[in-house]
This record gives sequence, structure tokens and C-alpha cells, in this order.
Amino acid sequence: MIGNAIGVLFDGLAYGSLLFIIAVGLSVTLGLMNFVNLAHGAFAMLGGYVCVMLMTRAGVPFLATLPVAFAAGALVGVVLERVLFKRLYRASPLDQVLFSIGIVFMSIAIATYFFGASQQPVALPSYLRGQVRVAGLDLGVYRLFLIAVVAVLTLALQYTLDHTRFGSQVRASVDNPTAAAGLGINVNRVFALTFALGSGLAALGGGLGIDVLGLDPTFPLKYIVYFLLVVSVGGSGTIKGPLIAALILGVFDVAGKYYVPEVGAFVIYALMVLLLIVFPAGLYGRRA
Amino acid sequence: MATPTATTVARSPASARDTALPNDRWNALEIAFWLLPVAAFVAFPDYRVLGSQVLITGLFAVSLDLILGYAGIVSLGHAAFFGVGAYTAGLLAVHGWHEPISGLFVAAIVAAVAGYVASFLVVRGSDLTRLMVTLGIGLMLWEVANKAASITGGVDGLSGVTIAPIFGLFRFDIGGRTAFVYAFVVVFLVFLVLRRIVHSPFGLSVRGIREGGKRMPAIGAPVAKRLRTMFTIGAAAAGIAGALLAQTTQFVGIDTLGFPRSAELLVMLVLGGAGRLYGGLVGAAIFIVAQDYLSGLDPVYWEFWLGFFLVVIVLFAHGGILGGLAALRARFARRAR
Repeated sequence: MIGNAIGVLFDGLAYGSLLFIIAVGLSVTLGLMNFVNLAHGAFAMLGGYVCVMLMTRAGVPFLATLPVAFAAGALVGVVLERVLFKRLYRASPLDQVLFSIGIVFMSIAIATYFFGASQQPVALPSYLRGQVRVAGLDLGVYRLFLIAVVAVLTLALQYTLDHTRFGSQVRASVDNPTAAAGLGINVNRVFALTFALGSGLAALGGGLGIDVLGLDPTFPLKYIVYFLLVVSVGGSGTIKGPLIAALILGVFDVAGKYYVPEVGAFVIYALMVLLLIVFPAGLYGRRA
Repeated sequence: MATPTATTVARSPASARDTALPNDRWNALEIAFWLLPVAAFVAFPDYRVLGSQVLITGLFAVSLDLILGYAGIVSLGHAAFFGVGAYTAGLLAVHGWHEPISGLFVAAIVAAVAGYVASFLVVRGSDLTRLMVTLGIGLMLWEVANKAASITGGVDGLSGVTIAPIFGLFRFDIGGRTAFVYAFVVVFLVFLVLRRIVHSPFGLSVRGIREGGKRMPAIGAPVAKRLRTMFTIGAAAAGIAGALLAQTTQFVGIDTLGFPRSAELLVMLVLGGAGRLYGGLVGAAIFIVAQDYLSGLDPVYWEFWLGFFLVVIVLFAHGGILGGLAALRARFARRAR
């Protein structure tokens, strides 16, 4: 029973880590430019398809496809940001929502056209499959791998944000874009780079997540709520907030589906509405 | 191009017409507009089923316009109230209450109650919070309908909805003749009421809140209460639309509650032009006819075009079709002078 609960907790943490890595970029774009980007999941889907196509059509090993997914996501992200998204920074939330829903629909249609509507299979390398026994518990190797990857990435992100010049520019721009621009920070450039980084991380998460989240053309629509939830509950412009929100969400979702399957995803949606009512600015909002 | 000054779609039609005092006199264009469905009924007898879809969806879009275009609340879950109305009417009919008109009233009341309860959660908070809360409410209701399959039929939908003839005289037929007339009459009557509300001092006050939410309390307007009232009215109208769909198709699918329906509805409203009451009707007509044609070619292409139109409207065609027409008319009027 207790081992069972720990297993659920562990799966939930792995799931939450994935959500975090996909959504962290959204948290920064939302915090930095107040841009409600519902199309963020499309970048994750892109990463997923890059991984699958490289593996099945070109025979590239799984681990080697991940950096390519990151690069592809970052590249597409920066191009779209410069061409389309930047036109909407000063638009109303409604415009941003409509625009990004439009992008979501287009990405779904494009993915269906090229790859078909079915779930994409992923063959993990043998060293990432199976289970290991740690302190009397059977833990999935791939889930351990996920948690490790995300832990490393989180530390790297936190370091970048706290101790590099770019990081302080990002923090300054989130706190007060006008003042930051007045101090000579090129807020637009900071935003383009952050957008690229966020899209790249989403793509990386999409690639890592094929085995856990699945991959089909409706991916951006299916997980939209989860990403928005991570961001709105976690608050914008920090690493800690979205991380904690993602982990809570992951654990609750897995536990809800395991223990009370008849209620289904209801737990998550109710949790979202409740948290939004109680913490309108998120758990760790930098800006109220 | 998104102009920085027009901060919302709703705000962009702030022309002289919009700021004028309440005036609900009918003009010739409006009368001509309402003659169009009558003409369509006679001219295209094969398309009456599609026609009643257009009317019902048009009413649904108008109900969102009250909330979005007039009250300025961005809702991603308006299908929740459509679905509540549809399931109410459907369940009544399944459990032995086959009379359609009382079914409509019950559906409107249930949807209004749901809307009133939800409005307390929605009205507080910023645009982003409202968006997320409405999205959450919509998804929750979908999940409830999905899991309570013994009552709602789950993903298979609610079948076995039998509706008695209207007034005991007009039986619902396969060709959609009764359905079309019934939908037209109900939609027109509800529209009359909504039009009156929008043009009343109350409607003007809600528009005032949309234009300057911080200033309205200064003249003594109870902002949250007004918004809650408008949200409830919008929910009730959506419920009537849902009930109409359930009664005319004699079926309730779970997609009546789905997020895609809320999203498509936003598209229709923005396509037609938000904040103009007729925008929803025009948008729904164009949307459904285009969907019927394009998804006949290939459903995947349809999804692509849907997204493409959204992007184009946001970037280049602020105000939608009616907004564009109004701008054209204003330009010609200035030239003529």
C-alpha cells in the first residue's frame, strides 16, 4: 500500500517534471510580455515529431535526437516570434488568445497532413527501459532519467537566471519592461532570445515526453490546460513557482487517475479553478 | 496590423453609433436582415436543416457577444451553458416531458442558474484569470457529462430524445421544415429581448464598464453586479440555443460542451464582428456555410483554414466583417458630405 503510494508519487513527479520543462518557457513569455500564448504546446509537438522522424526515418539514436529537437524548437520559435508573435505584444488578451488558437488549429492540421492522425510509437533504447530496484521499490528507469534530466536543466536555468548577465536582463525586463528599456536593455532582443529558449525547452520536453504524454496531432489542444495551469498557478517570471506548480499538478493528476479513475480529469480542473480563485497572482508571482 | 490604440476587439467599434444614447428604433437594414431567413426558407428547401443550424448557432454567438462584445469578459468556456441547456432539454424529453416550449423555458432557467453561479467566479480577477476560469468551468462540465454516462450517455451522446409536436399541431419532420420555422421564431423572439436589453440604460451601463471599468464606480454603477447580470443573461440565451439544438436534432452529443465549440464560437463572433449584436448572426452564417463546403472537401483542410482565418482576422481585419463594412460606410458618408 505504502510502496504503491510512493510509486504513484514517483510517477507523478516524473510527469510533473515533464510538464515543467515544457511550460517553463510559457511562464517567462507570459511574465515578460504578458503574452497569452495558447500555442506553446505546438512547439512541444514539433519537438516530438522531430525526435520520432529522426529515429524512425534516419535511424538516429534517441539521445542524439533530443538536442536536434531543442534546436528545431528554438529556431522555429525565434522565426515565428519575429514574424508573427511580436505584432501582438500590445494587443488585448482576446486577440492573443484568438491568434494563438489559430496557430494551434493550423499546427494540428499540418501535423495531420504530414504524419497522419495516429499516435506515434517511440522505441526507447534498451538501457532506458525496464525497472530498477531502489530501496525495495521498483522504479521505471525512464522516469528516473526524466527526473534527472529535468533536475539538471532546472539547476542550469536557475543559474542562468540568477548569475548571468542575460539572466539579470530577463529579471529586470519582467519586473519593469519600461524601466529596463530605459536602462539600455534591449527588451525586444531579450524577449526573442527567451522565446527561443522557451520554445526549445518545450520541444525538448515534447521529445522526452513521447513515452509518457503520447504524441498525436491533437497534442497542443490536449495539454493546453496543463501548461496554462502550471503557469497561472506558478506565477510568472520565476523558476521555482512553475516547478512547484508542475510537480503538484503531476502528482495530483497521476494520483487522481490512479485512485479515483471514475472522477477522471475533474480533479485537475477543479484544482485549477480553486487555485486561481485563491491565488490570482500565482503561488510565487514576481508581479502582483 | 494590430493597432496599439484599439486595445480590444470589443473596443474597436467605438464609433459615434456606439457612444450614442440608447436608441432601439428599427432601421431598414435590420428589417431586411430578418427577411433573409424567410427568403432562404422558400428559396433553398433542401438546406433547411443547415439553415436551422445557422439560426441556432447564430443565437449562441449573440449570447457570447453579450458577454464578450458588450461586457468585455473573454470567455473560453461559453459552450458550458450551451451544453447545460442542451442536456436539460434532452433529459426532459428522454424522461417523459416531450412538450418543446416549456422545455425551452426550463433549459433557459437551468442555464441561467449555472451562469449566475459561475459569474461569481468569473467576474473577479484579471482577463487572464477570467479566461482560465471560464476554460476550467467548461472542461469541468465536459468531464462531468463524460463520467456520468449513466445519465448523459457519455461520449456516445444522449439519444432517444423525442419531442412532441409544437402546440400539438406541427410535427418535427425529416426535411427540417418545422425545425427551421421553430428555430427561426424562437431565435427572433430571443433576439428581440436581447436587443432591447442591449439598448436599455442597463446595456449602456455595461458598455460603460467595458470602456472604463475604473470610472464607472465613480458614477455609482455597481460594476460586479452589472457584469454578473449580463453574464447570467448570456448564459440563459446560450442555454436556449442549446435546447433548440437538442430539440430540433433530437440528440445531444457531448461535443455540445467541448472546448472546440467554445473556440469555434469565438471565431464566428470575431469573424462577424463583436459588440454589434448582428456580428454573431453574420459570423455564424458564414462560418457554417464555409464549414459545410470546406470540410466536405477534407476535414483536415477545414481545421487549417479555421486557424488561418483566425490569424488573418486578428492581424489584418480588426472588427470583423461588420466592422469592416461600418468603416467603409463611414468613409463614404464622409466623402458624400
